[in-house]
Amino acid sequence: MTARIPGREAIRKKGMVQAAKWLALRRLSQLAILQLFLLGPFAGVWIVRGSFSASMTLDFLPLTDPLTALQSLLAGHALGATALIGALIVAVFYLLVGGRAYCSWACPVNLVTDAAAWLGRRLDLKKSIGFNNTIRYWLLGFILLLAPLTGAVVWEWVNPVTILQRGLLFGIGLGWAVVAAIFLFDLLVVRRGWCGHLCPVGAFYSLPGFLSLLRVRAARRDQCTDCMDCYSVCPEPQVIRPALNGGDKGSPVILSGNCTNCGRCIDVCPQDVFQFSQRF
Amino acid sequence: MNGQHNTSGNGQPKEPARRRFLAETLTAAAGALVLAASLGLYQRSAGALPAYACRPPGALPEKQFLGACLRCGQCVRGCPYDVLHLAAPGEEIPTGTPYFVARENPCRMCEDIPCLKACPSGALNRSLATVYESSMGLAVLLDHENCLNHLGLRCDVCYRACPLIDQAITLEVQVNRRSGVHTLFIPTVHSDHCTGCGMCEYACVLDNAAIKVLPLSQARGKLGKHYRLGWEEKEKAGGSLIPEQLKLPVRRPEELP
Ligand code: SF4
Ligand code: SF4
Ligand code: SF4
Ligand code: SF4
Repeated sequence: MTARIPGREAIRKKGMVQAAKWLALRRLSQLAILQLFLLGPFAGVWIVRGSFSASMTLDFLPLTDPLTALQSLLAGHALGATALIGALIVAVFYLLVGGRAYCSWACPVNLVTDAAAWLGRRLDLKKSIGFNNTIRYWLLGFILLLAPLTGAVVWEWVNPVTILQRGLLFGIGLGWAVVAAIFLFDLLVVRRGWCGHLCPVGAFYSLPGFLSLLRVRAARRDQCTDCMDCYSVCPEPQVIRPALNGGDKGSPVILSGNCTNCGRCIDVCPQDVFQFSQRF
Repeated sequence: MNGQHNTSGNGQPKEPARRRFLAETLTAAAGALVLAASLGLYQRSAGALPAYACRPPGALPEKQFLGACLRCGQCVRGCPYDVLHLAAPGEEIPTGTPYFVARENPCRMCEDIPCLKACPSGALNRSLATVYESSMGLAVLLDHENCLNHLGLRCDVCYRACPLIDQAITLEVQVNRRSGVHTLFIPTVHSDHCTGCGMCEYACVLDNAAIKVLPLSQARGKLGKHYRLGWEEKEKAGGSLIPEQLKLPVRRPEELP
């Protein structure tokens, strides 16, 4: 028996478009965001200025990464009004669409870690050392503690996430090494190691996700044939079980803030068990 | 008490599971602590800005700046002369923070300061009234041996390049002791006007500039707290601080017995 390739059956049953819809939209969104940032410096079309940390769209819409803003506040800086308003807008937005939608729809690191996960599945690298996925919350805590202790936004010295984000927009220097390290770590050491276990930025964005309106629902879970394709492709597979296999009493909604709302489970399920819905 | 009761009630498996959970959590916490602590230490060792890098106009003092700047690059995008860069990993400058290198591309001191206006965080301080009040650094004529004016020639290029000519840089006249008959026109920077824009360093005709913009912390000396300048104290007191000059008798050798 050859290994089952997740998504194959869905393609056969639903067709390519339905079986890769959300994946394609997500890639489109990730690339479009980068394009918008680069349109100014490269084509002189100034729609968005700045980067993922903080930006200004069409001279009136400020957006700020709330985690960076929080660190700056904790470091003792009275943050400018533009940055504060921007952080508020972003926070409200992710309260609606699910915090870690940031990870799957915006953050370019996702392209790297998705590639590592895809290659790992293709090469059938099942073995990966066990690793506690709460470490990211501890890291998040310590990062927030380091800001007031040092009076600086210290995390930004080494944050691989912004190193790649900024690197793509302003020049990356030796940052490639960091990105390569993440890729290899994910591929060879811990599957979904960075985004699924370590990344404190993702941990931070998971917090609004625990309350957010937009969620994935295993609406037709009675149709599930236990093919496990959704578990194979999900970047946070532990979030599916309560909704899909939680029994009749459990909610069919994926409630964990760590669901990235990537919609890949919706794509690959041959039975169309999942769909986007609101929390209630 | 309670724990014992639980164990006996629910049988054996609960204890190892809880223990494993505790152990895993502790490992995670310890791992995160190690990472965070090394980050804190690393930041300490990589503290100061190198001498060749200047912050954009209006930047808060370096220590505060590192707590304020969001590393967003809006200042970089705002600059019409592409003066500013964000530091990439591997550079000596804290990752992601904006800087410029005067010798490569100096600040043109735009009247409307677009870099500062673009800053959302206040790391570039809005209370800067005009660009002429900024202090991105301080120009210092470092090399008195190769500066052409010091050699007795009339280069004057830094002086002419300075947007605050005759205020930030003046030419001070000295005797040329080598020839005995000529004059030296010594470029002299005045800290109360120099903004650290770096036009002088950029313009210097030597292969390696004789005049360089340095961070204020490196360019300026600092008097000890106990120093009082007699002439200033005298002015403050509105007269001499010593009530009466003591007149000592003049002793000459012939007056000795
Ligand atoms: S549960 Fe579905 S939508 Fe959520 S992260 Fe997993 S695959 Fe993506
Ligand atoms: S003042 Fe003008 S030239 Fe100088 S850094 Fe700002 S935008 Fe650039
Ligand atoms: S615009 Fe302000 S916050 Fe953004 S990088 Fe420049 S100095 Fe830092
Ligand atoms: S840095 Fe040089 S050019 Fe700029 S104000 Fe100072 S002396 Fe003038």
